Amino acid sequence: MTPLLRVQDLTTTFDTPAGTARAVDGVSFSLDPGETLALVGESGSGKTVTALSILRLIEPPGRIHPDSRVEFDGRDLLTLSPRDLRRVRGAGIAMIFQEPMTSLNPVLTVGTQIGETVEAHESVTRAEVRDRTVEMLRLVGIPDPTRRWRSYPHELSGGMRQRVMIAMALVCRPRVLIADEPTTALDVTIQAQILDLLRDLAQRLDMAMVLITHDLGVAAEIADRVAVMYGGRIVEQAPTARLYAHPAHPYTEGLLQAAPRLDGPAYPTPAIPGAVPPATAWPDGCRFHPRCTHAWERCHTEPPLIDVAAGQTARCWLRAAPGDPS
Amino acid sequence: MTRIRLGSLAVAALLLLAILAPVIAPYAPTAQPDLIGLRNAAPSWAHPFGTDMFSRDVLSRVLYGARVSLLIGVLAVAISVTVGTAVGLAAGYAGGAVDAGLMRVVDAGLAIPKIFVVLVVLALWEGITVPVLVGILGFTGWFGVSRIVRAETQSARGREYVAAARAIGIPTHRILVRHVLPNVAAPILVVASLGIGQVILLEAGLSYLGVGVPQPMPSWGNIIADGQHLFASAPWISTAPGLAIVATVMAFSVLADGMRAALDPRDR
Amino acid sequence: MARGHRNVLPFVAGRLAQGLIVMFTVATLVFVLLHAAPGDPLTSLSEQPRITPEVVSRMRQNFGLDQPIPIQYLRYLGNLARGDLGISYTQHRPVVQAIREAIPNTLLLATVALLIDFGLGTLVGIAQGTRPGSATDRTLSGVTITLYSMPVFWLGLLLMFVFGERLGWFPIAGVTNPVTYPYASLAGKLFDRMHHLILPALALGLVSAGYTARHQRSAMLEAIRQDCVRTARAKGLRERAVVMRHALRNALLPTITLAGLAFPVLLSGAVLIETVFAWPGLGKLAADAVGRRDYPVVTGAAILAAAMVVVGNLLADVATRLIDPRTRTAA
Repeated sequence: MTPLLRVQDLTTTFDTPAGTARAVDGVSFSLDPGETLALVGESGSGKTVTALSILRLIEPPGRIHPDSRVEFDGRDLLTLSPRDLRRVRGAGIAMIFQEPMTSLNPVLTVGTQIGETVEAHESVTRAEVRDRTVEMLRLVGIPDPTRRWRSYPHELSGGMRQRVMIAMALVCRPRVLIADEPTTALDVTIQAQILDLLRDLAQRLDMAMVLITHDLGVAAEIADRVAVMYGGRIVEQAPTARLYAHPAHPYTEGLLQAAPRLDGPAYPTPAIPGAVPPATAWPDGCRFHPRCTHAWERCHTEPPLIDVAAGQTARCWLRAAPGDPS
Repeated sequence: MTRIRLGSLAVAALLLLAILAPVIAPYAPTAQPDLIGLRNAAPSWAHPFGTDMFSRDVLSRVLYGARVSLLIGVLAVAISVTVGTAVGLAAGYAGGAVDAGLMRVVDAGLAIPKIFVVLVVLALWEGITVPVLVGILGFTGWFGVSRIVRAETQSARGREYVAAARAIGIPTHRILVRHVLPNVAAPILVVASLGIGQVILLEAGLSYLGVGVPQPMPSWGNIIADGQHLFASAPWISTAPGLAIVATVMAFSVLADGMRAALDPRDR
Repeated sequence: MARGHRNVLPFVAGRLAQGLIVMFTVATLVFVLLHAAPGDPLTSLSEQPRITPEVVSRMRQNFGLDQPIPIQYLRYLGNLARGDLGISYTQHRPVVQAIREAIPNTLLLATVALLIDFGLGTLVGIAQGTRPGSATDRTLSGVTITLYSMPVFWLGLLLMFVFGERLGWFPIAGVTNPVTYPYASLAGKLFDRMHHLILPALALGLVSAGYTARHQRSAMLEAIRQDCVRTARAKGLRERAVVMRHALRNALLPTITLAGLAFPVLLSGAVLIETVFAWPGLGKLAADAVGRRDYPVVTGAAILAAAMVVVGNLLADVATRLIDPRTRTAA
């Protein structure tokens, strides 16, 4: 099956007074139709910048490297004309963001903001726009949609606002949805609802999804595959079940161990020693090695993504077959 | 060059010119070298800004005018800032009825357009001199400052270090000086710099109307007034002091901008 | 949309009450300022050669100036409450009459100046805010900072000289042409008024426009950085729609609040501009009166000016409240 979305060697840097920050450094992954991929990592790992780069939403002083490629539907999004790019945004690939309160315009009604997306991509009558909007509101589970259509964002609860964001993103039936931390700003109970909604909609609308999150639990809930990011690079990729059962990279192991468990002592939660270094000064070789308990001198050379098992790769020398050239 | 550096340089240059006026001005401001021949003479090497209807050298008058206007500006703002800070600290720290009362006065002071406030005081004042003008401008210009200081004081008062200081019994005035004042200092500098520009403009207006700096002492405002009816035949008389005002106010504005940018890095 | 308007009336009533308190304090403040001067209002009169001390002391009694200050204050408040602003010394008629004639001219001038201020200021500010750092932005910055560093009366003189005398495009004094106005048609009358209005209104409005442009630029920059603008782009909206619909609306809100702060500045400027252009408004009335020590006119004008500011602020607040949906539907 040809991938729907293919990211190749994506590199995005930021010019700061402290130096050039390589927020995303050679990231490659692909997304098949209908599949849900979770991009997991701590803050500073580059996952949000990756998402923004796909739709070219990076503003100066950020720059996407010319060698990067983002293929969608056979075309490289990074070299599209502004007009063609605009057509992809919202209709081909849509994106929802973490903070629904600030991501929605406070002075426009919810209905207007959803309708805008339709008007931008399709030529339909006012009445049709309204109908589509109301239908979308219903689809995302907002009660009394004909009345809510006229509401302003500040009149809705956090969970409802996120549903509105989802409605806004999906109203033109995009093939891919990028969801950047969609549940982080919400209460735990609402989180579960929104995740269920996303999974349900992805299935119903035959939509592929890239889910960005720092929460392993969220990824486990709805992702088919997981890619773990650290230091601007992908350090492990695997189908979800495999990743949780047999993590292949020390960082992934560390993340899984750091999560509090119900079936053992709650404290101490083993944390990964050290801290994420700044993106202006990644360590030489494997970016994780200064914090890794298994590090040895080979780690001063950066490992490639090494095949571990069916569908699982890890960027760690530990997974290299003995006798492999370094 | 950053704004703060540019602004500081410009302000320093202007202050220098003003202080050195007696040294660098080619003539005394009231000197009338040639009563007949040099009336309303166009700019020349001897008189770069020309002469006025009393044969006085305009350049010298503008330089001396700088002394007057800058002196008034700086001193008046010094008074305004002092009074405004005191009121703002009192209102912000004490709260309650004191705050409410003082703020009603501030509201009223800000409701009356500035020039009217000064005109009311001037309406009955016999014999306006520069010190009197400084006093009037200073003691009527503190309302805005007090609002800013009050806001800062209120936010500082809510901080833990103030509560801690009160708990160990440090007297109020020391808390205000040691803890609150340093936080207030930075925005006050910005306001002061802008204020000097505003007072210079206000004083120029008053002098133009004839109720500011008394003739024949030169002030940029009254030089403009001198030349206004001769604009067609001798435009240099009114143009030169006007340009001087623009340059001066700009310098203080750029300085204030630079200081504000230094305080708030988010503001581009 | 009507549901929010229920909240506006109590809000307006509250602000009106506040306004009255401010006016009361203004009246008191004016009284204090007036008596800050050494001597009393009749000191200058008593220095004139042909006025005998008996006349002065009778006048003093008549105006109640020999009473202790608190009594004077109460009489003053009582008069104000009745709408009596005193008698002008130089015009020999009630101050209220003089003010009543002058205020419409100032209102007209200030309103047109405000329109120029905001019309031009917001356009320039938006143009700058949407292309920060560009040559256009930097040039306009230079222009705006020059404008608001100018003394308003000097700009008036410049405009008068260039466009009035040199080019002869506009008249340089008065509200209408004293000779031809009575005989002009309605359209002619309108044109004559506008013709006379342009230069003073421009002078008054341009200086403030520089200030407004700066604020609008910052507001635009702030608005464009917001998350909701990023969302609009991510939806695939045209850049124009992103700027106009999303960034601009949010950027205009703070500017309307700024309108409230513009009134005192415009009225201060009006005093000077009206003098330059011989415009018979409240400002010129006050300016002329100061020179002649006609203090009832000056104090009356100051109080009226403050009243105009208070009303203006109230209107701006109500407008903001009506336009921003966040405050409109709040309890």
